[in-house]
Amino acid sequence: MLDIEVLFTSHLEETVAMILFGIGFSLLLLNRNLIKKIMGLNIMDTAVYLFLTAKGYIYGRMVPILTDGITDPNAYTNPIPDGLVLTGIVVSVSVSALLLSLTIRLYDRYHTLDLDKIIMEWRKEEDA
Amino acid sequence: MSRIRDNYKTSPAGRFEAWYKDGYDPMDDCMDIHKPAEVSEENDVADVIAGLDLGDTVYDRTTNKALRISGHIYKILSVVLCVVMIGALIWMVQYLPPFGQPDNPVNNEVSERYIGSGIQETGAVNFVTGMILDYRAFDTFGESCVLFIATICVQILLRYDEAEKDPANVRRRQKAATDRIYEPKNDIILQKVSVILVPLLFIFGIYIILNGHLSPGGGFSGGAVIGAGLILYLCSFGYAKTERFFTVRTFRIISLAALITYCLAKSYSFYTGANHLESHIPLGTPGAILSSGLILVLNICVGSVVACTMYAFYTLFRKGDF
Repeated sequence: MLDIEVLFTSHLEETVAMILFGIGFSLLLLNRNLIKKIMGLNIMDTAVYLFLTAKGYIYGRMVPILTDGITDPNAYTNPIPDGLVLTGIVVSVSVSALLLSLTIRLYDRYHTLDLDKIIMEWRKEEDA
Repeated sequence: MSRIRDNYKTSPAGRFEAWYKDGYDPMDDCMDIHKPAEVSEENDVADVIAGLDLGDTVYDRTTNKALRISGHIYKILSVVLCVVMIGALIWMVQYLPPFGQPDNPVNNEVSERYIGSGIQETGAVNFVTGMILDYRAFDTFGESCVLFIATICVQILLRYDEAEKDPANVRRRQKAATDRIYEPKNDIILQKVSVILVPLLFIFGIYIILNGHLSPGGGFSGGAVIGAGLILYLCSFGYAKTERFFTVRTFRIISLAALITYCLAKSYSFYTGANHLESHIPLGTPGAILSSGLILVLNICVGSVVACTMYAFYTLFRKGDF
């Protein structure tokens, strides 16, 4: 059975990440505006970063930067998810820029951001 | 029958209904929109489409009942799908290992190796930088290339082509009109603030890049700070002054030089010892600015690529050109 107490105590970060992912996905499905769809995609990205960083954290340990010459691995948090999040941010910036420039070109051609209207006009052009 | 209240449109339920029917814009009354001057040409695609009477009513939601019903079904189904997806994901979350415990399977021997022998092998005090620019340097090279390719794609999509170089072209005139409206015209407050802020931003960005292996930061964050400084300078002083030191030629030279340096610096270790990826550059004292082998050089490369990319994105989106 779903254990609500576990979800909101020891798994709070993961739960919040999943809800954020769902919010981004629903934006992607429910909005016809292309800009809002891109916002939804970015919210989904943020949820993935939150999940990854939550996986790397360990209670009571220091950030992975050498302090006082301690090289014991048990003194620092996990550095690998941080590097993965860095990769994710760079890719999401590039994808957002590409999507936004495609949106600008679509707007230049069809003078609307509504995806239904764009598809409608496009079908009309195909028929004509 | 229930009666609709007089203030229904302003109540939360009324606003929700308006949002659901896609007619509500929260910024409707608070924004002052300047539309660019209407430019028309005989060959404009939108005019051609508007001229063709192909039976708009077929696609119109208000007259076509089947389309309206399918739209409602689509919205209900997508809400159900989202709720089911969130439910399934949260169901999965409760079986994950607890948050922040040292014996989770994520914290395995890989991170132990990166932290335990990172100082001897990379010389970087910041373990994350040591990981992304030494152990996983090819990954970061790929990231820099992704940024560069994204800039090229945006240029292909948004830059003027030869036909649009003609000042009489419609799209060019439209873009110039938009830019003139939204560009701040010699805003004295913005200029005075940016005189103080821009040098500080540049120095801070350079500091973050050069200290990437000693403190939090590195090429990506420092490059973003420098790019923000460039954008602020462009906003306050305009293109004429920015083009004295940053044109499309500068962008090409800096990006290509940085990417080629990165590529050569990491291919070098292939030639010095294929299995160990051992390089013969001394690592220096950990904590000194000139230490940790090639990491400083690679940070500078990544930082310049990121700064150029940020500025290129901004100027391409705003004007379609450098």
